[in-house]
Amino acid sequence: MNLTRSAWMAALLTALIAPVATAVAGEQIVPVQNCTWCHGTSAQGYAMAPRLAGQRPAYLETQLNSFREHFRDAPLSKQYMWSATAALGPQAARDLAAYFSTIPPRAANDGNTNLATMGRTIYMNGIPDANIAACYACHGPNAEGIRDIPRLGGLSRFYLKARLEQWGQGYHSVPGSPMPLVARPLASAEIEALASYLSFVK
Amino acid sequence: MSSFGSCLTMIRAAILAAALSMSLPVASRAGELQAKLDYCKTCHGLSGQGYRGYFPMPRLAGQQQEYLENQLRAFVERRRINPIMANVAHALSPSMVSGLSSHFQHLNPKPIGGAPSHSSPAGRQIFNEGLPEANVPACSACHGSDGHGQNEIPRLAGQLYEYMVGQLTGWSKVRGQGTSVDTSAVMAPTAHNMSRSQIEAVAAYVSTLP
Repeated sequence: MNLTRSAWMAALLTALIAPVATAVAGEQIVPVQNCTWCHGTSAQGYAMAPRLAGQRPAYLETQLNSFREHFRDAPLSKQYMWSATAALGPQAARDLAAYFSTIPPRAANDGNTNLATMGRTIYMNGIPDANIAACYACHGPNAEGIRDIPRLGGLSRFYLKARLEQWGQGYHSVPGSPMPLVARPLASAEIEALASYLSFVK
Repeated sequence: MSSFGSCLTMIRAAILAAALSMSLPVASRAGELQAKLDYCKTCHGLSGQGYRGYFPMPRLAGQQQEYLENQLRAFVERRRINPIMANVAHALSPSMVSGLSSHFQHLNPKPIGGAPSHSSPAGRQIFNEGLPEANVPACSACHGSDGHGQNEIPRLAGQLYEYMVGQLTGWSKVRGQGTSVDTSAVMAPTAHNMSRSQIEAVAAYVSTLP
């Protein structure tokens, strides 16, 4: 029974993936199938695999390269993304990044609505007395990101929370990132509030 | 003997109390300064060299202490309009302002770079000779031939290209606001008399200066 169900699921997934199995970016045809297993056929992500749709292409590219070089090192990065990017050349990383960035993102909307106002205040103003910087200064007024600074708006609460916690736990993303310093003074209630607010930003 | 012993204990306690009352605030002040420096550097670059976020964050490294102190006060007094920096500066005590400013003045990282280089030779000429026909004095006359500034006149050397362009094109909308006297008035006619391409040329040139 279980086997049959798995077989059905596999067939269904294959059917869903087929139309987007290749991305045409520039003149190269890039296989995106491996990405969609975890990040979803429309690249909107699941709880722990973040949304790639609408993400900044320069950010996606630097992160793919960082996974391949084993610099980005949180547990799930090691478990999934190190092998997923092992054979990915620089041009393929650029093409995948360009492809996913063009898909319109949908907001996760999975935050706690009661915390969203507090989260917005921290996002826009920081908490100067606690040495917490305003996210707005780098990630932009609508959390849309710029260049290799990621879009945060609409990512899932789970993912945002995990990433903000991981900075304080000593994990890395790219060399020279200011985020370990930025996230260090954040208390868990403030992380909850930011993750909740950002999950609703379109 | 026992009274001598208790006397000794009291002296020890007094010394300990005195030591604690002196060393603890000093230690916590140093900790506070370090925490605040880390906070500044989250946006202004880990070496104070500036950073390109959604907005360009200016280089603070090597900046004149008097200029930094004056600008931090200008944000609070709304002489210079910047909502983020108004919040940031509002939380700083006067001694913190001078501690931070002194720290940044003594940093000397390499310029962050990233400016379009083609306009740099034209920028060098404007920097050294001004634009006499447009009533623009040489930048070097006040900011120094090395662009390091002095006192309330800021260092331009190594400043972010985008920040320089943004400041010079928007000078009178951001600086010298309100009715208080503000030294930024000196720059208003000069900024006004420069064209966009002249501003870009000067910004590219100073961004490369060490």
